[in-house]
Amino acid sequence: MNAQNCFHCGNDIVKADEIIFDEKLFCCSGCKTVYEIFSLNDLTCYYDFENAPGATPQDIKGKYDFLDNEDIVSKLLEFQEDTTHIVSLYIPHIHCSSCIWILENLHKLQKGIASSQVNFHEKKVRITFNPNETNLKDIVLMMSSIGYEPYISLENYETKKQSVDRSLYYKIGVAFFCFGNIMLLSFPEYFEVGEFWIEQYKGFFRWLIFALSLPAFFYSAWGYYVSAWKSIKSRMLNIDIPIALGIVVMFVRSTVDIAFDYGQGFFDSMCGLIFFMLLGKLFQQKTYNFLSFERDYKSYFPIAVTKINSDGTEEAIQVYDVEKGNRLLIRNQELIPVDGILMSEKTMIDYSFVTGEEVPIEKKSGDKIFAGGKQLGKVVEMEVLHSVSQSYLTQLWSNDVFQKRVDQKYKTITDTISRYFTPALLALAFISFGYWIFIDVTTAFNVFTAILIVACPCALALTAPFTLGNVLRIVGSRKLYLKNATVIEQLAKVNTIVFDKTGTITTNKKTSITYEGTELTDAELKLLKNTLRGSNHPLSRRLYDYIPNQEKGETTRFEEIIGKGIFAEIDGCTVKIGSSQFLQHMSENTHKKTKVHIEINGVYKGSYVFNNQYRQGLEQLFENLSKKYNLVVLSGDNDGERKILEKMLPKNTTLVFNQKPEQKLAFIENLQKEGKNVMMIGDGLNDAGALAQSNIGISISENVNVFSPACDGILDASQFSKIGFFMRYSKDAMNIIMMSFGLSLLYNVVGLSYAVSGNLSPIVAAIIMPLSTVTIVSFVTIMSNAFARK
Amino acid sequence: MSVIYLLISISIVVAAVFLYIFIRAVKSGQFDDDYTPSVRMLFDDELKKESKQIRTQIEKQN
Repeated sequence: MNAQNCFHCGNDIVKADEIIFDEKLFCCSGCKTVYEIFSLNDLTCYYDFENAPGATPQDIKGKYDFLDNEDIVSKLLEFQEDTTHIVSLYIPHIHCSSCIWILENLHKLQKGIASSQVNFHEKKVRITFNPNETNLKDIVLMMSSIGYEPYISLENYETKKQSVDRSLYYKIGVAFFCFGNIMLLSFPEYFEVGEFWIEQYKGFFRWLIFALSLPAFFYSAWGYYVSAWKSIKSRMLNIDIPIALGIVVMFVRSTVDIAFDYGQGFFDSMCGLIFFMLLGKLFQQKTYNFLSFERDYKSYFPIAVTKINSDGTEEAIQVYDVEKGNRLLIRNQELIPVDGILMSEKTMIDYSFVTGEEVPIEKKSGDKIFAGGKQLGKVVEMEVLHSVSQSYLTQLWSNDVFQKRVDQKYKTITDTISRYFTPALLALAFISFGYWIFIDVTTAFNVFTAILIVACPCALALTAPFTLGNVLRIVGSRKLYLKNATVIEQLAKVNTIVFDKTGTITTNKKTSITYEGTELTDAELKLLKNTLRGSNHPLSRRLYDYIPNQEKGETTRFEEIIGKGIFAEIDGCTVKIGSSQFLQHMSENTHKKTKVHIEINGVYKGSYVFNNQYRQGLEQLFENLSKKYNLVVLSGDNDGERKILEKMLPKNTTLVFNQKPEQKLAFIENLQKEGKNVMMIGDGLNDAGALAQSNIGISISENVNVFSPACDGILDASQFSKIGFFMRYSKDAMNIIMMSFGLSLLYNVVGLSYAVSGNLSPIVAAIIMPLSTVTIVSFVTIMSNAFARK
Repeated sequence: MSVIYLLISISIVVAAVFLYIFIRAVKSGQFDDDYTPSVRMLFDDELKKESKQIRTQIEKQN
């Protein structure tokens, strides 16, 4: 391990803050405390599985007071009885085996916890505890103190336990059981035709096979009949019609065959077909359990807020119980849950997630504040104007796009093909039937059924699930998490890409800072750093991180005037940092840029300018994309950056500024009316409407475990420059599917030539069917892997 | 009656038993989380090692 990294969390250690404890280096007292807790409880094994697995515990004073409220707690609990309570908590930090280990040993840290079990994929821990010995609040506080803070939001309050649908597994199990046994029982007749032994037992084998095929026919394949029937009713001719027809014809003809002793039937092919197709379904079903693509404001909102009663007492109440006229207490970093009026003197509110505006806005007493903003600064009081459901932000969700989305149906590539395939197949079957009926009625029926059997588009139906399933996995390993396989097809059809500005093409993390003015000496930098240490203002924090590490000085006076700046006295020098207003230094009109001005010992030195930092590879990406796509940048921000963007991005990029959330939505709608297939890439809640409206909404996130609005895919921010690759790859995937369709049609032609001439024997069907499946599956897998490497 | 009836019946019964076990395993949620148990099974040893160390420490003190 690098000696300069914290033993607990792995972050770089700032020399001034370094703490040495038990011969190990820590970056802060928080990390050291966690180590102390673990070593006191003999849990230092935690560090054996993984290097520096921990997280620094956050300051959570008062944050979980709402867990004293019994009603809220009982809503969160999964199971409740006198001595046993069970709760499932979502913990975003779960990422390695050390996490599993420590979370499953929680009972050593807190008395009363009977057991705890981690589900790694869902990033959840299920804790069973005795309510007489401990309570949920203590558990949550204890977990926060060791760096595993659970994420409790309004969403937890409402979700009921979802029942897991495992029917596909059952169906596959049953189909495989039938397929395997029938295959074995069919072999004797394949190899010993006409011999004495088989003549004697033929009836027994055949009827046994018939009995074994019943569960597969009636249970496993049931979904196909339902789907086929639905598509006939809606006149959509999807791929399930020829499949269902094939299965039913196979079953009926085979039953007739053995009943009248014509032959052994096609039961093995039928069960194999059902089994392989269900397997394809399973393969396509790649889900990312720890991500949720359906999140709305509920997973962003707190579950409870602090209400101030008329007699001055504080009480935690459920967010939905907040009424007009209530007074609420909002702490630093807490979210404002409802629209209201600020009662305290002043505060800063960060609306970046709602409007895309990056710089916190100053609000004075009596100003209206809107739900969704994050309060920065001291504790404030507010009076409620609207309840949660009537607040501005939540109203956005009552827009139609969020409702109609559910039944929006795409025509998949397979369905498009089957629109031609199904009629062609039926036509061929009837023509052959018409031809043979004049020659021989029995052969006519045989040919008719044989065509439907052999043309049953097993390979065709398997192509898309296996290709898309594999592609889904490959892009998932490259940190683009798509909701389902149809998103890939949609991705290939996109011709217009709309980008949000703040948080999407710029990063929130690294804002590049430049200094303008008289050069600062080392001593002055030291003063500056020491002044900033005491401030929690976001700009102060960023500037603090930007200035290189300095020695600590002695602060004799420190005053932070919220919304203006800081005044401090350190080692006998006076330092003033803040807005130009605060320093009474009016420079040129630069209100569009974010600046922090510096004055030391009464002399104006200069200012730090905070520029928007664009993501790496942005220019290149736009350059490449502009050749094939229409590009639009849609921003909720003012047009202060227009010039820079115009210079940086290709000429044909459309730039639109000052867009409110509903305007963004309308913008996308207009593009769609022009017949464009729009992909929207955005991040915040302000993009939620646009993401839902667009054909594909991709949400970009620095940390995929934390909130992202409802979307079709979540892209890890580090992969931003790869968007071009993902777009190209989705097109490749479609090409692979087309090639593979060609291949499977080839098999159909071979099979049909047997069928039309009336020569289809069960053994030919039993060979062609698995052979085509294996070829198709390996073809698409190899091809999609090869294209990914390109 | 030929022995073939008996043998085939047995083979099908065995297969059916496996099917039943599979379905029961799915129902109990064994396939819901396929990662955590694989890590969990490696932990017990670590715990024992830990407690042994403590025991030896105690013994030393005695």
